[in-house]
Amino acid sequence: MTEVAAPAGAERISSAFADRAGRAALMPYMMGGFPDLPTSARIAAAYADGGADLVELGIPFSDPLADGPVIAAAGTQALRAGATVDGVLGVCEELAPRVPVVVMCYANLVLAPGPDAFAAALTAAGASGLIVPDLPLEEASGVLEACDAHGVALVLLVAPTTPEERLARIGAQARGFLYTVAVTGTTGERDALDVGGVVARARAHAGVPVAVGFGIGTPEQAAAAAAAGADGVIVGSRLVRAAAEAADPAGAVRDAVAGFAAALSR
Amino acid sequence: MIDERFGPYGGRYVPETLMPALAELAAAWEAVRDDADYRMELAELLRDYAGRPTPLYLARRLSEAAGRPVWLKREDLLHTGAHKLNNALGQCLLARRMGKRRIIAETGAGQHGVATATACALLDLECVVYMGEEDMRRQRPNVERMGLLGATVAPVAAGTRTLKEATSEAIRDWTTNVATTHYVIGSTVGPAPYPALVRDLQRVIGDEARAQLLERTGRLPDRVIACVGGGSNAIGTFTAFTGDAGVELIGVEAAGEGLDSGRHGAPLTAGGRPGVLHGSLSAVLQDADGQIAEAHSISAGLDYPGSGPEHAHLRDTGRARYEAVSDADALAAFAHTARLEGIIPALESSHAIAWTLANPGGELDLVCLSGRGDKDLAEALERLGD
Repeated sequence: MTEVAAPAGAERISSAFADRAGRAALMPYMMGGFPDLPTSARIAAAYADGGADLVELGIPFSDPLADGPVIAAAGTQALRAGATVDGVLGVCEELAPRVPVVVMCYANLVLAPGPDAFAAALTAAGASGLIVPDLPLEEASGVLEACDAHGVALVLLVAPTTPEERLARIGAQARGFLYTVAVTGTTGERDALDVGGVVARARAHAGVPVAVGFGIGTPEQAAAAAAAGADGVIVGSRLVRAAAEAADPAGAVRDAVAGFAAALSR
Repeated sequence: MIDERFGPYGGRYVPETLMPALAELAAAWEAVRDDADYRMELAELLRDYAGRPTPLYLARRLSEAAGRPVWLKREDLLHTGAHKLNNALGQCLLARRMGKRRIIAETGAGQHGVATATACALLDLECVVYMGEEDMRRQRPNVERMGLLGATVAPVAAGTRTLKEATSEAIRDWTTNVATTHYVIGSTVGPAPYPALVRDLQRVIGDEARAQLLERTGRLPDRVIACVGGGSNAIGTFTAFTGDAGVELIGVEAAGEGLDSGRHGAPLTAGGRPGVLHGSLSAVLQDADGQIAEAHSISAGLDYPGSGPEHAHLRDTGRARYEAVSDADALAAFAHTARLEGIIPALESSHAIAWTLANPGGELDLVCLSGRGDKDLAEALERLGD
């Protein structure tokens, strides 16, 4: 695939952050194939309509260790409705011309076809980046190499429990952006959230934008994360819940995404 | 050093949040496992509280049926009725030394949950046990025992509501409460250092059995046979013999309704490409995309789509081999052992006995009788009555 320059994904991600001119980028998460594949394609379009700067597109997995009840249940439902990796990459392919797409999936889905074949499939679907929440730095070398070769940014994560010395090692390998986990725990909305500390720590070790996620469920929390210095804000469970609860999932998430986008543009 | 990889298998495929805790656990175990005070405290508890050494018993009537001497390592006689207590006591003592006073565990058959609840009662630690709702139904007496011992049993309603989902839920709890909590994993699975830690605590089974057999017969066994779910009683029995070239090591998995039926718990026997489940790379039942498949076994303890990474390595290197026994054959061995020996074995252990009786070879077999079958009475009697 000669038309794809090697660092294409990372460059597209970094322009999405740069285009915000000092304001934080909004990266809403959606579960691909939830509640079913056609509806999730409409949800993806609604995320772009609502003002997403990037979209994190989840591929459902049978055993999602990093996810709380809302996203885990959405994944189970998506699989029950017949979601496959290829099906979700189809959603990616439709969405990618509009906004950069960062695919999120668990390690076994990457290792099953092999990192190289998986990264090639991501490139073919127009994905810019990949997040693998159960692939820490020590296990990442093969996937990192494959993603680099195919022009996909492998986004690494840091957590509140990550010690300084380890943060520096992860920061040095960061591609695209550094995913800063806001809470010690799984994904899901939290009433009280203080991201100042984790953002400052990540920023000290990252040469790439710092995006914060896990726990952010209100526009006020998103704005507070931006004020604390985050270059990007990731909102997941709140929007997946909106899609699950609404009679018109696409309309509901478009309005919700617009609410977060407005809070970050003030 | 604590083993992190077994050939290509093992590793730490977990959320970043847990990585420092796994490093801390590995360092703590490396420091403590050779510490004289720890070893003495654990050895005393294993002897005076748990009932070690467990007997090695020449099962005369089973031997007649098999046509060769069959020696049973009687882990069913350990306190709480299974080998699980070896690991639970060792890990809870370790947790106390690490200053972690909240303990979580997953359980399938309930034996590991009961063992952990027991160790927590003894050591005055808070205990939460995750258990699938289907397993709670199948293993009601163990749910009641855990409650009596002061543990909280947290029902898990996701997926097939068995061991796989209970383990995922325990890992999520640990991810959230990692600062105060130690996760006592019940088998030789999970991210490093767990497979090595659990093996180190279970190898007492084989160490004892090897010495007992040498003392009684002056020889080593030709074959060592143990059932494999995650694989802790098997690794615990095998480890003492891996250096004895003439001793064949055989792990017996659950063939469920048959290896061709797709309803089984035999990832090592069935083969296929390795996969990541619950934090380590090993033999795993999965579909073409890499979604983890549902396992099936009559015995809750073998109803698991993964396997310990060290087993996958022992298989690949040829040091051990893996076979599978169906639900029906395990159930028949369960009934047979009760009538021939006056021993009601766990349905898990019944797989190992069934394989031994059906497969001649060698002149002396050592079988790990990993647990007792009281917990299985309702399930087994219902099926035997069919």
